[in-house]
Amino acid sequence: MQGVLGILERLDRRWVFLAMALAVAGPILVMGITRKTLPETPTDASRAVFQAVQSLPRGSTVLLSFDFDPGSAGELEPMGVSMARQCALCGHKMVFISLWPLGGQMIDQTIKKVLRADFPHLQDGVDYVNLGFQAGNEQVMRVVLTDFKRAFPTTKSGRATADLPILSGIQRVGDFALLAEVSAGYPGSKEWVQYVVSASGGKLPMVSGCTGVQTPQLYPYFPGQIRGLLGAIKGAAEYESLINAWVLDPANAAEIASTGADVGVSAVIPPKYLEAQRRMGPQLGAHLLMVVLILLGNVVYLAQRRSQRRAAA
Amino acid sequence: MMRIVAMAIASIAGLVMLLSPFFPDLESVGAQSSEIFNVIAAIAFILGAGSLVKVNLSRIGRRDAGWGYALVTLLCFAITLIVGLGKIGVPPNPQFAATPWAGEKDAAGSAFAWIYEFVLTPITSTMFALLAFYVASAAFRAFRAKNREAMLLLGTAFIVLLGRTFAGVWLTGGLPEWASGLRLENLSMFIMQVFNTAGNRAIIIGIALGVTATSLRILLGIDRSWMGAGGGSA
Repeated sequence: MQGVLGILERLDRRWVFLAMALAVAGPILVMGITRKTLPETPTDASRAVFQAVQSLPRGSTVLLSFDFDPGSAGELEPMGVSMARQCALCGHKMVFISLWPLGGQMIDQTIKKVLRADFPHLQDGVDYVNLGFQAGNEQVMRVVLTDFKRAFPTTKSGRATADLPILSGIQRVGDFALLAEVSAGYPGSKEWVQYVVSASGGKLPMVSGCTGVQTPQLYPYFPGQIRGLLGAIKGAAEYESLINAWVLDPANAAEIASTGADVGVSAVIPPKYLEAQRRMGPQLGAHLLMVVLILLGNVVYLAQRRSQRRAAA
Repeated sequence: MMRIVAMAIASIAGLVMLLSPFFPDLESVGAQSSEIFNVIAAIAFILGAGSLVKVNLSRIGRRDAGWGYALVTLLCFAITLIVGLGKIGVPPNPQFAATPWAGEKDAAGSAFAWIYEFVLTPITSTMFALLAFYVASAAFRAFRAKNREAMLLLGTAFIVLLGRTFAGVWLTGGLPEWASGLRLENLSMFIMQVFNTAGNRAIIIGIALGVTATSLRILLGIDRSWMGAGGGSA
């Protein structure tokens, strides 16, 4: 083939890599300079996550399981940050656990970024606690069904959980008001549904945030076993925008202030709470490039097929 | 004899786990079995570490292709292990200030936290980010409309790719309310919630039936492949 089609047919894949780098870097730079984000239209699945946290009575104890590691933090960390932020804004207590070896550190980062920075009045062990990583995957889930403290006898820092004020009313996992799961794979949301939510007879409501790869696998559980679902960075951006809109609404200022938080009355949202929405820019660039590449690849394929038919004739 | 003991342990543990949700008296036995499993899982970490050292040492010893990478793996493993177990640079625990090594191994400022933040996090994030480049290259070279099924797949991919970004809103946001179902973001959700859910449910049910059958074979001692070489089937 000659001309443009010939160039495309022989295109070195390094040009594709360069195009992808530019498609991702461009929006990052533009959004970084302008500090603007793309508007989000939240789906029902994301709204359900927001509502599940919002509808709990103040002071409810929420179990947050951070089952991910730095490899998927790009998608999942903003979800974890938003979940912790909304719980804190609503005055809920937070018990963090992880079934992934590096999850404990992801929890530490979230606590430092959200709770210690913007909610300094919250006390470790009273309003929130990091119980860290526990080995055993589904077996940990089975133990927490009957005896939560047996599965997590100490906090990440080594304090005994038996006399922790935050766990005073918690005997088993069903005693939590909500299970908020951030999942990167196995063990994750699917296992929590199969081993805990189903076994609790639907008494434990669960919301989940997961990677893009996992999202199609979790849709069969929504809205039955999983009350709300955040799919990939898109879901995180929608959830983040819902919280930001709620925080910026002057009608909610008194309610937020009554939890003791000194955030929410400001008209400016800190960049750390816009992270997921900012990441939708590079996602837009990458997706558009993918569509263009698929179209170009098929143009080349059709031209090749036509020339082969002509040669055969 | 050893095979019979192993099979008996597997069958009894499996049956206890299977029956414990249905019989309240067995609940605590089931939880105890789970605890035993947790201990075994923790020991598996040690076995895993031993296996990593063994495999990489033999690669270095034989000077296999890429033995340098094996050396780097072992060095990184040793450094992380020493730093973590030795709690190097760990700030003292305020509760037990006089006790050495009482601080958290991964507390801010420790060498372990430094490795996590400045080595592990960038490496794993980079590995994940590289996927975008390879997926783009594969999309250009392999995603071809060769037949009707492939064309359906392509169409679905376009809708989901565009519907999951602002491009969907920008391209079809102007559609009137009565045709809002045709907006790309709504079409994308429809595909996920209807076609995807139907397909995935079928797969999940199929897998569950397969797992049940396999579990029964193991519990009854018919399938012994889990014992490795020498196990086999009855």
